[in-house]
Amino acid sequence: MDKHEFNNEKTQFGFWVYLMTDLLMFAALFATFAVLRKNTFGGPSGRDLFNLQFALTETLILLTSSFTCGLGIIFAQKKKVKQTVIFFGITFLLGISFLGMEIYEFSHLITDGNSPQRSAFLSSFFTLVGTHGLHITSGLLWMIILFIQIFRKGLTDSNLRKLTLLSIFWHFLDIVWIFIFTIVYLMGAVL
Amino acid sequence: MMNFIFGKLTLDALPHAWFTIGGTATITLGGIATALLLTKYKKWKWLWEKWLTSTDPKKIGIMYIIVASLMLFRGALDALMIWTQQAMSTGSSHGYLSPAHFQQIFTAHGDIMVFFVTMGFLFGLINFIVPLQIGARDLAFPFLNTLGFWLYVAGVVLINMFFVFGGDFAAAGWLSIAPLSELQFSPGIGVDYWIWSLQISGIGSLIGGINFIATIIKMRAPGMSLFKMPLFTWTSLCSMVLVVSVFPILAVTIALLNLDRFFGMHFFTSTAGGNPMMYTNLIWTWGHPEVYILILPGFGIFSEVVSTFSQKKLFSYSSQVAAAIGVTLLSMVVWMHHFFTMGAGADVNAFFGIMTMFIAVPTGVLVFNWLATMFRGKIVYSTPILWFLGFVATFTFGGMAGVLMSVPPADFQVHNSLFLVAHFHTMIIGGALFGIFAGLTYWFPKFTGFKLDEKLGIYSFWFWLIGFFVSFIPLYILGFMGATRRLDHYSSSTGWQPLFITSLIGFCIIAIGAGIQVLQVIVSIKNRKQNLDTTGDPWNGRTLEWATKSPPSFYNFAIIPEVKDRDAFWDIKQGSRVKDQGLMEKYEDIEMPKNTAMGIYVAGFLFVFGFAMVWHIIWLAIITLIGTIVCFIIRAFDDESEYVLPASEVAKIEEGRIHG
Ligand code: HEM
Ligand SMILES: [Cu+2]
Repeated sequence: MDKHEFNNEKTQFGFWVYLMTDLLMFAALFATFAVLRKNTFGGPSGRDLFNLQFALTETLILLTSSFTCGLGIIFAQKKKVKQTVIFFGITFLLGISFLGMEIYEFSHLITDGNSPQRSAFLSSFFTLVGTHGLHITSGLLWMIILFIQIFRKGLTDSNLRKLTLLSIFWHFLDIVWIFIFTIVYLMGAVL
Repeated sequence: MMNFIFGKLTLDALPHAWFTIGGTATITLGGIATALLLTKYKKWKWLWEKWLTSTDPKKIGIMYIIVASLMLFRGALDALMIWTQQAMSTGSSHGYLSPAHFQQIFTAHGDIMVFFVTMGFLFGLINFIVPLQIGARDLAFPFLNTLGFWLYVAGVVLINMFFVFGGDFAAAGWLSIAPLSELQFSPGIGVDYWIWSLQISGIGSLIGGINFIATIIKMRAPGMSLFKMPLFTWTSLCSMVLVVSVFPILAVTIALLNLDRFFGMHFFTSTAGGNPMMYTNLIWTWGHPEVYILILPGFGIFSEVVSTFSQKKLFSYSSQVAAAIGVTLLSMVVWMHHFFTMGAGADVNAFFGIMTMFIAVPTGVLVFNWLATMFRGKIVYSTPILWFLGFVATFTFGGMAGVLMSVPPADFQVHNSLFLVAHFHTMIIGGALFGIFAGLTYWFPKFTGFKLDEKLGIYSFWFWLIGFFVSFIPLYILGFMGATRRLDHYSSSTGWQPLFITSLIGFCIIAIGAGIQVLQVIVSIKNRKQNLDTTGDPWNGRTLEWATKSPPSFYNFAIIPEVKDRDAFWDIKQGSRVKDQGLMEKYEDIEMPKNTAMGIYVAGFLFVFGFAMVWHIIWLAIITLIGTIVCFIIRAFDDESEYVLPASEVAKIEEGRIHG
């Protein structure tokens, strides 16, 4: 195995371990949410607050961004810089729109007086969804850095490696979101 | 305006009680003295280039060990204060500490001993030894390693900051149990220091865990399959698997507590629907595995020590590995035994009680394996094996106490009593710490190139062992008599005082033992010429770390060894491979990581960030957070974090022409 391959393998392995720790963090947050979701303390519950169509739109945007991210990686592996940048560019825009929608939802809730301080249920909701949002933000930041690096040096081995990690991260966030959509929004609206 | 600039920080926060003045004076005078010495001997550059910015796991390991040793004395001082108070404070005497101050001391004591002493020593030993044992030149991610170390240091500094700014530490126990740790009941900044100190150092441990797992899985020398790894590497791997499994939970728990306190949310509050019992659950899902994180590497150290000093192969290697894995898995499903009394119901208690009892099985397997390894061995009674024998005595004792408490009805009687306190000190001192001492003595020649003074080592061992029993057997008895933990005063009609005084005497005996250890290090450095380890293999060792010279070159191995056997180095020594290796194979270019100060900068920013959060200095928090992110971005653009050491250079170092 040459050095470049070895570095790839090592870094990817480490990154997977990191993702597992992140997953456990989300697991703990999901558990808190599950414990606290009925504790509305006289305030509104999920059924009163959530707009399923809105959340579904967010979900579709994120799913599409995962798809374009996957296409981006395929082109990156073929060393096609232009297509790579285009597809990651689309991913970036979709990510930004997702984040915008989330911020819109949060500010809406807060201005209506349903802030995280209102009840334990709202605390856990904002924290779980907000943590995902923070991850999306850091993913976007990472994407910008990689864009700059690709513009400067092209699709070098090291840039390709980082891009691959980023795509894994992005898919991971997508999966976490699906759980959020199901457990927080769907179950919140139905149960 | 002042509010904006300084947040909650006011002049009142500066030291005015005797202990904060004392602490501040110690910190500043110590700092000034160190700075003067460094300036006098013109060592600043040397310190910065050779140590602080180093990415060499051996150097980082030693720095961990030094910081942990300092913290051991800091924590011991707390212990002395606790014990003295308890020996005095009965009847009409209320001792010399106020209840509020007493509470802060036992809180700080527990946190420092667990997070900054035991964890620090373990990360130090693992850093130094594991790469050597698996025949690697470095860790998988050298930068993350310095980063983790400096985050640990940031945590150490933060937990001591209250001496200078604030004057009050957390007073809610070492785990800051909610809702006591909530703003409503702990309005001061003590708990906030607790939060940020543990959050920052905990992230450091998490990063370390990821790094060591990747290193052990991906960087082993050719031929070293998983089942040829030395046991210390195995148990470190198990410990690190636990770290990555549960430190995320700790991070979340602390973060949620902070959200409650900082933003007024309601996770664990007793109002607005918060659930304090959830805190107890979350913190112990981390907390129980944590105690096994502390003990597992110790198990491995004893395996190495027993096999080396019995001059025998380990008895039943596979069952030892299986036992270590068993302990790892079981430790994740027993956390409820810390709160049988909370009211989860008989079925749940029964399940967790039985799971807890199961843990005694793999632990027993380990103990019997060590004894069987010694059986018919040619035992060399040097200090490390004494620590092992002491450990067998204490650990068995404490383990039985643990099994007793795993029976829920019995636990209802002794829960949160001094019996429990005695149990876990037996496990952590008699188990983890004795293991660390064995390891430090065993590997000292590898760290420095000379052995520790044997005679003083033996003295200190006996003081520690005897002092340990003198101070903790009374606690077992007191627990049965009904003494609860964390008492700052008790009625004289209980008749407990003599036992408390005995316990304090025990502490003093231990302190003498620790004093002798300091002396031992000083004497050994002075007489190092007599104890020089010129071969790199002073104990007739069996594993690869002894194949290097002492201390090893910064690249560990000029030629990566081929592993054919579990006792890889023993195998090499038996054959003639060691001789012709140098002739047959040529040196090759070696790629090594460059030094970097980025770990220091990131940790520095996060440290100030933590401080700003404690005091609600929002602008500073924002600036330092941005600073942290910028550091990472700069690092991301740095493509040249490695350099190549040419083969000719390696040859020169190996032939002793220039210093490695
Ligand atoms: C045979 C193995 C063990 C068993 C069966 C066991 C059992 C227990 C039980 C049932 C408790 C809770 C008692 C109560 O709160 O009423 C406990 C507490 C504790 N154990 Fe163990 N234990 C074992 C090994 C260890 C080891 C190896 C360590 C550390 C290295 C350890 C450290 C602790 C600590 C720190 C606490 C209490 C912390 C606190 O409440 O603040 N134990 N143990
Ligand atoms: Cu436990």
